[in-house]
Amino acid sequence: MRIPYFPGCAMKTTAKNCEVSAMAVASKLGIEMVELPRWNCCGVFPSLVNDDLMRHVAPIRNLIRVQEMNKSGIVENEYRLVTLCSMCYHTLKEANLFVKDKEKLTKINTFMDREEEYEGGVKVLSFLELLKEVGYEKIAKEVKKPLKGLKVAPYYGCLLLRPREIGIDDPENPTILEKLLEVLGADVVDNPCKVQCCGSYHTVDKKSIVAKLTYDNLRYPIENGAEIIATCCPLCTFNLDSRQKEAKELYRDLKEIPIVYYTQLMAIAFDLEKKFFGLDLDLYYKNPKPLLKAKNLY
Amino acid sequence: MELAEKVKNISGENVLSCYQCGLCSGSCPLRFAMDLSPTQVIRLTQLGLIEKILSSNTFWICSTCFSCFARCPREINITKIMEALRQIKLRRDQDYIDLKNVSKEELKKIPPIALISNLRKTTA
Ligand code: SF4
Ligand code: SF4
Repeated sequence: MRIPYFPGCAMKTTAKNCEVSAMAVASKLGIEMVELPRWNCCGVFPSLVNDDLMRHVAPIRNLIRVQEMNKSGIVENEYRLVTLCSMCYHTLKEANLFVKDKEKLTKINTFMDREEEYEGGVKVLSFLELLKEVGYEKIAKEVKKPLKGLKVAPYYGCLLLRPREIGIDDPENPTILEKLLEVLGADVVDNPCKVQCCGSYHTVDKKSIVAKLTYDNLRYPIENGAEIIATCCPLCTFNLDSRQKEAKELYRDLKEIPIVYYTQLMAIAFDLEKKFFGLDLDLYYKNPKPLLKAKNLY
Repeated sequence: MELAEKVKNISGENVLSCYQCGLCSGSCPLRFAMDLSPTQVIRLTQLGLIEKILSSNTFWICSTCFSCFARCPREINITKIMEALRQIKLRRDQDYIDLKNVSKEELKKIPPIALISNLRKTTA
């Protein structure tokens, strides 16, 4: 399967570990994620007011690239676009819904010069949805090193789930990530905070708010026995990991816990080469390696 | 255009069906840092007292998490109301964030998505 892939800025910077592991895992499963030959910022966070069409131009441009890939034969009749980053997924999917209104679509198409018209036929997918489609049985066959005894708590954050028309699963009680983690052989720990907000972009100028949310979001899964948290979104990952430092300054009793992408856990369970685990990239506040070593997984 | 009309217009939300159950505030993870609760913001919007909301910090603290909207029994998209308020404030005043107040080290460390999404919400 060859499928268009939109990386977004995070996958090339702070979430390289997510991309490197996801690409390797996908290829094991027979999925070739073909990066858009030319892409721009997803648009980061759709505008939620209806007189701000300008802000939908960036995501729509990316969707046009998928049409172009089909026309030039880079992919064959494949109008799905897969994303790894939750923010990109959310923004691209929202823009796609937004232009279901023909009047808005015409306005945006007219606005863009030297661009072919967007026809509205692209489908935006998250990597988790693609994995579900590939099937857990197929994934289970690739699990060479089950994550036995590793107590993992799932964390979804907001943008993959809400609002409902954008979400990939139930906005209040999703289970798609748990199912995957179970297939990997992990001991899945209940996380009452799995759909909570990580504090998002407040991490730029309101660190103490994010530190409090980090504390709240980690405390309960840790109390439930979690040793590691599996995340989906580069911003959640940054906040849950890096802001542990600030959280500890405010709340002395916080126990530190490593945060990894579910794609990294997949690469580990598939027993791929270590370079695909994405653990050597200097991206961590709390290094996951000691725990993984103790569990004979690294 | 009257401010209340403007909020309705650009958000596309009619808040009159809110019966003040408070579920939005109870679901809001950022409530602890807000001076007006989301429920109060909706009430003031119903009453057309938008200026009162504009002098609060609530819509700046809102992180666009959609938890309130996911639970509102009247299916009011409160998140959109918050965005409309941010936009009205931004279009009239100056930008909310001043990056000069964020240290260079932090700026280096922070993921680009955090920075850009912040600027999307706090600058016009
Ligand atoms: S949850 Fe909905 S109905 Fe209840 S107070 Fe909030 S806006 Fe009103
Ligand atoms: S979208 Fe804003 S107001 Fe609604 S729950 Fe989230 S932070 Fe609170």
